[in-house]
Amino acid sequence: MTTQASTTAYPSGAGGGEPLLSVRDLTVTFGRGGRAFTAVDHVSFDVQPGQTVGLVGESGCGKSVTSLAIMQLLPSRGNTVSGTVSFAGEDLLSLSDAQMRDRRGRDLAMIFQDPLSSLNPVVPLGTQVAEVLQRHKGMKNAPAQKRAAELLDKVGIPDPTRRLKEYPHQLSGGMRQRALIAMALACEPRLLIADEPTTALDVTIQAQILALLKELVQDSGTALIMITHDLGVVAGLCDEVNVLYGGRIVERAGRHDLFARPRHPYTGGLLASIPRLTEERGRRLTPVPGSVADNIPWDHGCAFAPRCASEIGVCRERTPELVPDRPELGADRLLRCHNPLESNPLDDAPTTEESGA
Amino acid sequence: MLRFIVRRLLQALIALFVLSVLLFAWLRSLPGGVVSALLGERGTPESAAKLRAQLGLDDPIPVQYWRFLERAVQGDFGVSNGVYRGQPALDVFTQRFPATIELSFFAILIALTFAIPLGYFAARRRGGVLDTGSVVFSLVGVAVPVFFLAYVLKYLFAVRWGLLPPSGRQTVGINATHITNFYVLDALMTREWDAAWDALKHLVLPALALSSIPFAVVFRITRAAVIDVMDEDYVRTARAKGLTARTIRGRHIMRNALIPVVTIVGLQIGALLAGAVLTEKVFAFQGIGQALAIGFELRDYPVLQVLIMMAALIYIVVNLLVDIAYAVIDPRVRL
Ligand SMILES: Nc1ncnc2c1ncn2[C@@H]1O[C@H](COP(=O)(O)OP(=O)(O)OP(=O)(O)O)[C@@H](O)[C@H]1O
Ligand SMILES: [Mg+2]
Repeated sequence: MTTQASTTAYPSGAGGGEPLLSVRDLTVTFGRGGRAFTAVDHVSFDVQPGQTVGLVGESGCGKSVTSLAIMQLLPSRGNTVSGTVSFAGEDLLSLSDAQMRDRRGRDLAMIFQDPLSSLNPVVPLGTQVAEVLQRHKGMKNAPAQKRAAELLDKVGIPDPTRRLKEYPHQLSGGMRQRALIAMALACEPRLLIADEPTTALDVTIQAQILALLKELVQDSGTALIMITHDLGVVAGLCDEVNVLYGGRIVERAGRHDLFARPRHPYTGGLLASIPRLTEERGRRLTPVPGSVADNIPWDHGCAFAPRCASEIGVCRERTPELVPDRPELGADRLLRCHNPLESNPLDDAPTTEESGA
Repeated sequence: MLRFIVRRLLQALIALFVLSVLLFAWLRSLPGGVVSALLGERGTPESAAKLRAQLGLDDPIPVQYWRFLERAVQGDFGVSNGVYRGQPALDVFTQRFPATIELSFFAILIALTFAIPLGYFAARRRGGVLDTGSVVFSLVGVAVPVFFLAYVLKYLFAVRWGLLPPSGRQTVGINATHITNFYVLDALMTREWDAAWDALKHLVLPALALSSIPFAVVFRITRAAVIDVMDEDYVRTARAKGLTARTIRGRHIMRNALIPVVTIVGLQIGALLAGAVLTEKVFAFQGIGQALAIGFELRDYPVLQVLIMMAALIYIVVNLLVDIAYAVIDPRVRL
């Protein structure tokens, strides 16, 4: 219950005005009783209209579960969701299935990590794009197919009219993700959630897809939640970044502020692990020593403490709260750390750098 | 596609040729033989010798086979020397075959109509009453021998309660024209509604008995496939698009879940023909099953040859159709 404070600590309306999406104390628990596992723990953040917000963290920190909870796409059984998710003034969590169905794909859309398995293998591409338009815009099949071709063209798929009749296996990985983006943006949603949209793709294709996403959301004024484990992706795209660890937000800052002065040792580790041109390609990057398996429960202190180089005595005694950080380091920064970094680890001379060793 | 079909038909031709050789040799190696079957107790050595010469049975088997093959390619499969004595063996087939097809068709129809929706709903409510109930039911369905089920159905619905006819394909003396020997189809074509209804009533019990195994198999495959497909990423994508439950079910779940079902239906055709033989016997249903049984008793080689060869041909053709259906619903399959 100590975490409840996050609600009060959260500065609302960072850029002024009503946020498009406002997540408060979102908590998702799988299972119940002694085997209950809290994958997302009192997560709160805002997304302003047209803003791009990053959700960053290692595998298993709860990024996908957060986004699926917002979309209400979690399995219908075996989990409990609490908190509020207000989207354009409506609490999505209190909507009925049918009401939520009307909003998904129209007002808020999502793209996923693996483009091949996310497309239906036995349905032509044109139908998979057109069905969104038919569902939400009441279009008939022929005009919907025509519009689908335009959308495919817009996301950079060559020869779109011919592609309408093709099947996912006939496309390359990058093209598939483009097609999924076309489906997600077909109804010009106000919010797009992209869950690691480039993880399954080649490096060169990754850059193309990110550039495309950036261009599209800027042109249409769509707000974007960008989920990634790679701060490098965030660098070119996000206005604001939430760093997640063990189901909780551990740091939140504007992009420039975060890169200039990471405060949480975990963020520092993530930053140090962004591949630089001087390094060899394809190295499996370990952001921080150890793994999530070393976590201690948040009730007993800071979950990150066992992996943290800045650990001090209090870290395993008292759970750190998410509180406003020093204002001179950036506006509206939040931090959950007893012993934050006082300098940017990347400013150190490369010889003294020890990350991942 | 066309090349695939031609290639498969050529393969079928080779398979049929090999089968004909094996069949010919196997039938003639059966103990007993046609002469003793035909003459029975009254046979004298002289009359037996005469009959053997008449039927060409004294020639070496390869010579007999060559004679058979020569005629067969011209469409002449010999003349029955069993109960259909004097009738061309091929006629025995064409007269009786529609009955078996009709029976198998209705059995498959019943199986699919019930098994696919039930499989879907059982998967959606996994562990629920409907699911548990149908899983147990389908286990019983595979476990109970077809002929036993046939006897039970016949006893209850025909003998005991008199709701349905116990045997045959049609009430004797009913006014019915036969064109194709598919009785239901014939009656519909000639608009003899009474005859159609009568033929349908005769079909219900045997088709029900015969449908038990395909029903159970299709149910289990559908259920397992739907459970798998529901967890697929593309179903999540479909939900993320806000599609209606109906579109998700039809276009995104079932279209994928039916792929293994089509395969299994193809594989069931063989079992279905075997089951038809047993069912036809219980219900005195005049199909090839019954003709086969009698043919074996009397060592009616020409009839047996034609029936078994044709059954094999049907099996090959149906499986070809299944493969084509497979390519139609799954674009990843190239023929
Ligand atoms: N349906 C589920 N049932 C039980 N636990 C789940 C379920 N879905 C996710 N989890 C657990 O919740 C935690 C967070 O998972 P999540 O998928 O959100 O991670 P992630 O941050 O998206 O990681 P990745 O980078 O690997 O995608 C994990 O420990 C995972 O095992
Ligand atoms: Mg994930």
